[in-house]
Amino acid sequence: MSDHVLLPSGSIEKQTTTLNLGPTHPATHGVFQNIIELDGEKIVAADATVGYIHRAFEKIAERRPLYQITPLTDRLNYCSAPINNMGWHLACEKLLGVKTPKRVDYLRVIVMELARIADHLICSSIMGVDTGAFTGFLYVMQYRELIYEIYEEVCGSRLTTNIGRIGGFERDFNNTAFEKIDKFLKEYPAVLQEFENLFTRNRIFMDRTMGTGPISAERALNYGFTGPNLRAAGVDYDVRVAAPYCSYEEFDFDIPVGSTGDSYDRYQVRNAEMWQSLRIIEQAMQKLNNLKGGEATEYHADVPEYYLPPKEDVYTKMEALIWHFKIIMGEIDMPAGEVYSSVEGANGELGFYFISDGGRSPYRLHFRRPCFIYYQAYAEMVKGQMLSDAIVVMSSMNLIAGEMDA
Amino acid sequence: MALTNEYIKEKLAEKFGDQVVDFNEQYGLLSFSTDKELNLKVLNFLVEEESLQFTFLTDLCGVHYPDNKGKELAVVYHLHNLKENVRVRYKVFTDVQQPDVYTATGIFAGANWMERETFDFYGVNFIGHPNLKRILNVDEMDYFPLRKEYPLEDQSRVDKDDEMFGRGNL
Repeated sequence: MSDHVLLPSGSIEKQTTTLNLGPTHPATHGVFQNIIELDGEKIVAADATVGYIHRAFEKIAERRPLYQITPLTDRLNYCSAPINNMGWHLACEKLLGVKTPKRVDYLRVIVMELARIADHLICSSIMGVDTGAFTGFLYVMQYRELIYEIYEEVCGSRLTTNIGRIGGFERDFNNTAFEKIDKFLKEYPAVLQEFENLFTRNRIFMDRTMGTGPISAERALNYGFTGPNLRAAGVDYDVRVAAPYCSYEEFDFDIPVGSTGDSYDRYQVRNAEMWQSLRIIEQAMQKLNNLKGGEATEYHADVPEYYLPPKEDVYTKMEALIWHFKIIMGEIDMPAGEVYSSVEGANGELGFYFISDGGRSPYRLHFRRPCFIYYQAYAEMVKGQMLSDAIVVMSSMNLIAGEMDA
Repeated sequence: MALTNEYIKEKLAEKFGDQVVDFNEQYGLLSFSTDKELNLKVLNFLVEEESLQFTFLTDLCGVHYPDNKGKELAVVYHLHNLKENVRVRYKVFTDVQQPDVYTATGIFAGANWMERETFDFYGVNFIGHPNLKRILNVDEMDYFPLRKEYPLEDQSRVDKDDEMFGRGNL
C-alpha cells in the first residue's frame, strides 16, 4: 500500500473502505489474508499477509534423513503432492548420482501427469465456483476421486501421498492401478470436453474472467512467475522442456501459451495442459508396454545404500538387514555438495536448493515455492479492478496456502 | 552461439577482474561469489550485458555458516537466462554482526518477498528494501529461527517425560 495514504479508521477524511478478505474467507481457498482498500467497488490498493500455516519445513529438514523429508514435501502443494515427492527424489538422486531405469521414469511421468490433471481440474473448476457455476466442479470431482484411487493403489494414501523412494518406487504398480489408469484415459477426455463446453464459451464466465487480472510477459518475468501463470502471459517456459527430467525429452507434447495473461487465459492454458497431460500419459503407457525382458519389471534403481530393501528380505537376508539398519539409523553419509534441481509443478517451477555437508541430513534445504513468488504480484494485478474481479483473479492464480507458507 | 560456463566466467573476469571468486561447476551449474558491496553491480551486469541476459531471478535464499568467521551469512541468488536456458548461482557473504546487503528489488520485482523471507529467517538487512518486515513468522519474534544457533531438539534425548510419544522413563 505504498502509494496509498492510510488514514485512521473513522476519520472523516477517509474516503475509502478497508476490507479484509481472509484469513478465513471462503474465497481465499486457504489461510491467507488480503487487505483491500476500496473506493466504492474499485480496488485502489491491496496488501497481503501470509504465513498463517508456516510449519518451518526448511528447519525441520535440517534434522531429518532424506527419506523422512518426503512427507514434508507432500504438504507444500497438497493438490499435487506426487509432483513434490518426485521433485524431492530427483533432487536427492542428482546429489547422490543415482540413475533411474527407464521404467521408473515412465511410471513417475504417469503419476506426475495425473497429479497435474488433478491440480488443474481443481483450479479450473474452482474458478467456475467463484463465478457462480457449481455443476462443473462437482462433475470433475468424480475424476479427481479416480486419480486419488490410482494413488491409493500405488502407494496406499490419497492426499499426502509420500509416493516413491530415492531410486524408484517402494513397490510396483499393481494391475488394478493400470486398469484404473486405462479407465481414466478412456473416460476423462469426454468429461474434460464437457467441462470445457460448460465454461469456455459461457457468456457469464467469459465476462467475469476476460480482462481481469492481466499481466504482461515482461512484468510476469520480472516477478518470477512460472508455470501456467507465466505461460498465460505468453512465455513458453516449461521445466519439462527446458531441463528435462524423468525422460520427458522422449515425449511428444505441446506447451500451450496465452497472450494477455488474464484470468481467462490462465484458465485456457490449464485446460490445454490437461489435454497435453493425457497425451503424455498415453505415450508413457505405450512406452511401458514396449519395454522387454528385465526392463519390463524394474521399479527401482539398484542402489542398496539409499533404497530401503523390501521387508521380506530384511527378515531373511543378511545383506538386506544391514542396509536396512544403515539407512534407518542414518549411517550412510551423503556426498558433500550443492545442488539445485527443479520440476514443473502444477503451478510453476518447484525447485529444491539442497546443500549437503556430508552428514545424514541436509545442511540447508530451500524450497523454491512458485506460488509464494508469484503471489506478490497480486496487488499489482487487481489494482483498478472491481472487488468481484479480485476473487476470480485469486482463484485463477492457483494459490495454495500450504506451498506459500512452507 | 551457445552460452557456456567458460564464456560467463571470462565475461565476469573481464569486467570485475579478480573480485569475482570461488568459481565452481558442481553438477554443471556455474557458481561464483563476490564481496557483498558488489552485489548490485554484478546482478546488473548479469542482467544487462547483451551476451549474458540473466533476466530471470529463480530463487533467492539465505544460508548460515557459523564457523565461517566474518562471513557467516550467505545470500544466494539463482539466475536463469531463459533464452539460452542457462542457470548461474551467485553468492555474497556477510558478517552476522552487521548483515547489510543491498536489495535486488530494483532489478527484480520478485525479489521483494524472497528478501523478506531471508530477513525473516536469517536477519539479513536488505538496504533499500521498500518494506522489510517479517513475512512468514509473527512480527513480535525477536530472533532469526533458521540460524544454526537454534538447533532442533535432539531426537535421542531421554530427559523428557513424554510417555505418549515413546520417551517415557526408560
